Order: sequence, then structure tokens, then C-alpha cells
Amino acid sequence: MEDNLLKTCLYDKHVALRAQMSPFGGFIMPIQYTTITDEHNAVRHRAGMFDVSHMGEIFVSGPDAEKFVNHIFSNNIAGIPDGKILYGMLLYPNGTVVDDLLVYKEFEPDRYLLVVNASNIAKDYDWICAQKEGYDVEVVNASDSWGEIALQGPEAEKFAVETLGLESVAALGFYTYCEAEWKGTRMIVSRTGYTGEDGFEIYCSHEAINEIWDILLEAGVVPCGLGCRDTLRFEAGLPLYGHELSDEITPLEAGLGMFVKVKDKEEFIGREAIVAQKEAGLTRKIVGIELQDKAIPRAGYPVEVNGEQVGTVTTGYRSISTDRSVCVAMVDKEYTELGTAVEIRIRKKVFPGTVTKKRFYETNYKK
Amino acid sequence: MAKTVEGLYYSESHEWVKVEGNVAIVGITDFAQHAMGDLSYVDMPEVDDELEKGEEFGAVESVKAASDLYSPVTGTVVEINEELEDAPELLNQDAFANWIMKVEMSDPAELETLMDAAAYEAMCANE
Repeated sequence: MEDNLLKTCLYDKHVALRAQMSPFGGFIMPIQYTTITDEHNAVRHRAGMFDVSHMGEIFVSGPDAEKFVNHIFSNNIAGIPDGKILYGMLLYPNGTVVDDLLVYKEFEPDRYLLVVNASNIAKDYDWICAQKEGYDVEVVNASDSWGEIALQGPEAEKFAVETLGLESVAALGFYTYCEAEWKGTRMIVSRTGYTGEDGFEIYCSHEAINEIWDILLEAGVVPCGLGCRDTLRFEAGLPLYGHELSDEITPLEAGLGMFVKVKDKEEFIGREAIVAQKEAGLTRKIVGIELQDKAIPRAGYPVEVNGEQVGTVTTGYRSISTDRSVCVAMVDKEYTELGTAVEIRIRKKVFPGTVTKKRFYETNYKK
Repeated sequence: MAKTVEGLYYSESHEWVKVEGNVAIVGITDFAQHAMGDLSYVDMPEVDDELEKGEEFGAVESVKAASDLYSPVTGTVVEINEELEDAPELLNQDAFANWIMKVEMSDPAELETLMDAAAYEAMCANE
């Protein structure tokens, strides 16, 4: 069963910690080491670390790099300073999403790092290469040679500075990064994450990532699996490709229009479709829904009004940080106003709920 | 290692049955609670529900997943354990001490199709 699954450079560490392992995005990944609840709370209140070495690193460089990245990327990178990071999407011409990603402006002219979802690495790389005709750029998929740890939580800075000795990261603002060295090998440290808490994402060689993992573990940082990565990002209102974004969903429908710069940029792939969708108005949108009951809404469950299906849950949980049964769902436009009464069908019963904002937990980012 | 209790009947879908007269007391096994992890919700049946053997009667839910429950016997629900509605974690603490429902059996002979503790342990060892 696991024959075709890839292992990250930290695989042996997960096995040694007796993690529950499961396939994700083509990799065999740790879901939990102890319990999702304990790991979730460690990130909210102290510090946790995730093996995110499965994420993809694609480098774009060359004289036309800025122009090219702005051609394929929904956000606007024109003139951003070295060390700045922007979130956005690669769009298809019809406005739906190839992938969502981070773009890092490197500390050298005409160089960008694109960090993409594990399950989409090959698709993204092929897509990017297919768009580069007429642009003087080089595109390199370096995903296999980089490991990555996400160090997240209110104590993340303390561990980065005091335990790892990365003094320069204390000055980083949210969505910026710095270059560092780990025993002579290149290290990238960004103030980013996927949890709603302050924290860092550390990219380095496989060997260095293994050393960093051991040092953080020894210092008391809690190893956290993909189980709580999902509960954390969900509470913080962050989308997951394949759920809130996909090749059938546009960023406007996902409520992420602020990352699609149709006003600032005259041209990028998908722009015309997004402009047209703005003019025509949305027919459906991702919203939050809170249930009055303790029953748990999960992906795929129908959202109903008067017995008619008006939407579908994309992610749902009994929220660990708020102890409420909440979900995000793609719902027909006429039922997306805050406070609208809807019902969710869970197995044989329907449960009353109310449309809310899609962020259920107040994030604690460092500005 | 998941524990079992002698003298109970066990289903392939990891429910246990304790028989008192004509009433089947039904819960989930220690193996099931362990496989699910921390439980956060139990979807209970209602009193007077008529259940067929093998019919879905509710679910137990952990943070990450829901697992359907299947009635090991045919009959009518006569009582549910309301304590679990506010404290699903009781099933994690002791799955055999915390029952989910009591069913008045219409066909007690069905019990013979269920497993004893030794047969159930053997089945779990293969999962």
C-alpha cells in the first residue's frame, strides 16, 4: 500500500516517535504523535513543530523573472523589496485555481522562490513551464533537495532565537524572511505559517533539517502532525487546496479576492475571468457556519434550507480552541448573509446552524 | 494493547453486547475507542427507535473522523446513556464501563452469530 508513497527526510524521526502515519499529497506523513487536541493546544499556547518537507520549492530566475511571475501569479510582486513574501494563486484562464502558494523575493535580482502544495508539485511545475515561452527565465523544481520545518506558536521566536541561535529572525516582520546559514549550508527562515499563530518556516538541507528537529525536540518543542495542522489552519480561516480552493473554485468564491490584483495588474492568467465574475456577481461563496448542537459537520455533508440542498461543507470540526461545532461551506449566494439560518444534514438528521464569518479564532500574528 | 471482557458478545464492527434477560446493553470496544482516539461526540439513537441487526444507529466522532455504529441485534431501543452526550470521553476512559444504548431484543437467537472475547481478539489481531 505504501510502496508508491514518498518519504520526507524526517521520516525516520516520525517512526522513532511512534507517530500515526498516513498518506497525504503523495507522501507518507505523520498525522499525530500523541493526540490532535494536545498538539493543537501546544501550538496555540506554547510552541509546536511540523515536518512540512513535503511542500514544493520551485525557483524562478532570469531577466524576465518579475514579469513572468506576475504573469502567472494572482498577487502583485512588481517592485516588492528583497525578503518580502506574498500569498496568492496560480490561476487557470477560467479563473479557477491551479494551486495556492507563497512567492519569496530573494536577496538577489531577478530571483523568486515559489513554495507550493505537496500534492501539486508536478502539476505546478508543468503548468509554470508551459507558460514560459517568450520569457527569458529559468524554472527549477528543487523540492527534493530542501527540507522544511514549521515552528509555530507564541513561543516560536524564543526557540528560534535562544535554542537555534537564529538571532536575526526576531526582527522579521510578518511575511518577510531572512537568509541564514546552518553549518555552512544555506538556510531560509520566514515569518510565515499555517496555524493562525506567530511562527517561522525554516528551509534547509535534509541533513540540517534533521539536526534542527532533534535540537528543537530536545528543547521541548512539541512535534505536531498534519491532524492538528488542519484543525489550526481551519480555525484561522485559512484555505486548503482541494477543499476551499480547487480547479472548480475561483478565489472570489473562496473569499480570497484580496489576493487577486485585478486593479493593480493589467495582465495575468485568469484576470479576464475574474473581472467577468466580479461584474456578473457570484452565484456561490464560502461561508462559515456554526451549529447550535454538538454534532460535527464534515467535508461533503449537505447544507440545506427547507429540505433543499443549497451548499456543501468543505471542512468542519468540533473546534478545539472554541469548543464549538463549526464548518466552512460553499453555499448558494442568496444564503451567504451573516446570520442566515441554514441546516446541515449529518447522517440521518438535520441540525440547525447560522452563517458566520469563516474565521473562528482570532489570529495572533506578529505585525 | 486493547482489552476485552469475558462473557460479552462482540460484533465485527466493534460493538460489545452484555445480555441482561431480554435486554442487550450495547457499547463500543476498547479496540474501537483506541483506534478512534479522543472522542468528541457521540451521535445517540432515540428511545423507541426500531433497529435491525446490522443497521446504523449512530456514530462516535473523534477530532478527525466519524465512525458509524451498527446495531448488533434486532429490537427496540429502551434506554440511552445520556451521560455520553456531555462526556463522550468516558468511552476513552473505559469503553466497557460506559454503555451507549439498551435494546429490547426481538430475536435473542441472533446473539449466536456474534463472537466471544477470544474470537474477537483474534479478529482484531488481524486488523
